[in-house]
Amino acid sequence: MVLNTKAVRRAAVAATAASLLAITGCSSDSGSGSGDASAENTGGRGPISFAMGKNDTDKLTPVIASWNAAHPDEKVELKELPGEADDQRDKLVQSLQAGNSDYDVMALDVTWTAEFAANGWLQPLEGDLAIETSGLLPATVASATYRDKLFAAPQNTNAQLLYYRTDLMPTAPANWQALTDSCATATAKSVDCLVTQLKQYEGLTVNTTQAINSWGGSVVGPDGQTPEVESPQAKAGLQSLVDAYAKGQIAKRSTGFTEEETNLAFVGGESMYAYNWPYMYTNAEKDSSKVKGNVAVAPIVGPTGPGASTLGGYNNGINVNSKSKQTARDFVAFVQNPENQQSFADASFPPVLASVYDDAALIAKYPYLPALKSALENAVPRPVTPFYNAVTKAIQDNAYAAITGKMSVDQATADMSAAISAASK
Amino acid sequence: MADSAGPRQADEARAAAGVLTDSGRDVSASGREVPDSGYPGHDDIAPPPRKRDLRAVWLIAPTMVILAIVILYPVLRAIWLSFQADKGLDPVTGTFTKGGFAGFDHYLMWLTQNCGSGMGSCPPGTLGADFWPSVGITFFFAAVTVTIEVLLGLWMATIMGRTFFGRSLLRAAVLIPWAIPTAVTAKLWFFIFAENGIANKILGTDIAWTTDPWASRFAVIVADVWKTTPFMALLILAGLQMIPQDVYEAAKVDGASAWQRFTQITLPLVKPALMVAVLFRTLDVLRMYDLPAILNGDSGATPTTTMSILVVADIRNGNFNSASALSTLVFLMIFAVAFIMVKFLGANAVRTQDEQRKGDK
Repeated sequence: MVLNTKAVRRAAVAATAASLLAITGCSSDSGSGSGDASAENTGGRGPISFAMGKNDTDKLTPVIASWNAAHPDEKVELKELPGEADDQRDKLVQSLQAGNSDYDVMALDVTWTAEFAANGWLQPLEGDLAIETSGLLPATVASATYRDKLFAAPQNTNAQLLYYRTDLMPTAPANWQALTDSCATATAKSVDCLVTQLKQYEGLTVNTTQAINSWGGSVVGPDGQTPEVESPQAKAGLQSLVDAYAKGQIAKRSTGFTEEETNLAFVGGESMYAYNWPYMYTNAEKDSSKVKGNVAVAPIVGPTGPGASTLGGYNNGINVNSKSKQTARDFVAFVQNPENQQSFADASFPPVLASVYDDAALIAKYPYLPALKSALENAVPRPVTPFYNAVTKAIQDNAYAAITGKMSVDQATADMSAAISAASK
Repeated sequence: MADSAGPRQADEARAAAGVLTDSGRDVSASGREVPDSGYPGHDDIAPPPRKRDLRAVWLIAPTMVILAIVILYPVLRAIWLSFQADKGLDPVTGTFTKGGFAGFDHYLMWLTQNCGSGMGSCPPGTLGADFWPSVGITFFFAAVTVTIEVLLGLWMATIMGRTFFGRSLLRAAVLIPWAIPTAVTAKLWFFIFAENGIANKILGTDIAWTTDPWASRFAVIVADVWKTTPFMALLILAGLQMIPQDVYEAAKVDGASAWQRFTQITLPLVKPALMVAVLFRTLDVLRMYDLPAILNGDSGATPTTTMSILVVADIRNGNFNSASALSTLVFLMIFAVAFIMVKFLGANAVRTQDEQRKGDK
């Protein structure tokens, strides 16, 4: 038995040694590749794949169908990703980290572009692969630009709007002061004044950056890393949210609200104002809506007039390891052509092409388009930083503490600034 | 891993000792002679030949290799990763570069909240600052849920152990919460605790069950207790049914009250099974992820952030190395808890089986 134990132990030692070898083997080769992959295959043509979260693929399937009809040798295959943003990102990151080329073109949430570019996973759109950006809304191009290089082609965008009940408030408030002053009307009718997304998730980052940008502040400097949340303007922006929440002008229950709860509350006739994305307009005008016929939209408000919305939407990035980059480039440019962009507008999927917003026929159908255009012209992308996850956490955690009264605005912005600095090291 | 080898050997030694004494007693009872195999309990196997018999090695080797690949390698790899720095940004090119060796930096970051400029420098809004709160929350959940589950489980097991009409139906019904996948359970409770959900409707309140710190912790505890009490009850029930009825009859004859029978007979005799159940559940709760993540979010900053949620949140931020350090810390913590429970509280699965076997005879 003793002998056997010894032999077993020897086997265990051998196995350990083998696994240690495997460790060193793995470690030495990881991180290689991608060095000059951006110079390869820039003229490549052939069938490509397009990856996108399954929630929004219905807007892209007609576009892909018309591309495939015109390009039988360079067909685009749609690969659906999970519905949740985090799951989509996990899936893409796994594939890209392994240096795979399963996804030639990827629909990236605007906030991922910088991180993916910094990891060397995206093909810069320059030289042979450059695309025309002059007709696009400038903020959407900024959201796809990292260190002065365009790394993705904006596909669609999004900006929050101020929804208001025309039966309670015939005209939209001109500025934040007017909005908060008019809350007495809502109180008299015993409905909430303003509902928005203050739950501790990405929606809180959207609302906080909206307030900070509308008051003339900025979360990070032009380099995407240096925090600027301690400026007087940024503090004033956060203070506006804190004060309105403390006074109940922003409904107390908003700290548990995502877009969906906001939608339910407003469409259910429980509030006079709401901040939300354009998709809510369709819901508010449905027959089941309690506010049907009494809804209008305006750009969100700042201290002296329209505020600066935070930008949403997708950017199409090209995988640096793709074999058919020229086809990929042509496809992302095709998505931006007027015809396809109009079909997006028809599906409440705000286009990036500025001219679509002036189409009279579309405006007649979707009365919110002019308000959306003005919101998008004032819109600011969220911080374009490779450390976006850490930055958004810094914003969320500290804004939440300030809004719920656990921390003063001065303390919260100081911590936010320190946490953003710690994020980028 | 060096830590784990010691206690495991000790356990094996202890278990072996237990087996020896047990079978010694068996042998004397049956009056058989023990062959000098050195392995009692396998009496019918012939003693090994003098020559080196390598068959056993060959039989064990595949298992050892698979275990090494599946368990040893990931653990070693995680430990190795935890000593490497996270990737950093090259200020000139704006691209990520590999971090290099970091020593104990990640461990110090978590344990002493050192985010680059000394102890306690992790500001609120960083994952580092969430570490100690998450440790506190995890152990709080473990203590509260396991306590409640033991009490409820004992009660349910006592009822299920009785003979009455429809007993098998009751047993099947009790199992339902345990049979539902945790993710589904969490989603169900998520709807129950929604702003306009059943909980608020029934109670006539508008409590923010998923955002208010104590309400959300309470929600997690309720959901966890609902789901896992049946498991506890079944493990305890198995222990209860090992207790021979004649012990109770003897106690009755001696005039013991129901309470005395419970405290003097049931509790001591069910203790081994109970301790194993408590051990399983404690380890389970210490690595809890899905329930609080689905109920209250997995951002790492919710009032119900457990250690596992923090690990995943850190991985999502691309910090594989500090996440490895954190998961190593979690591993050590859970290991320490398991060690204490096995060593000092007698929650030992192996020995319990022996005792149960004895109980049969």
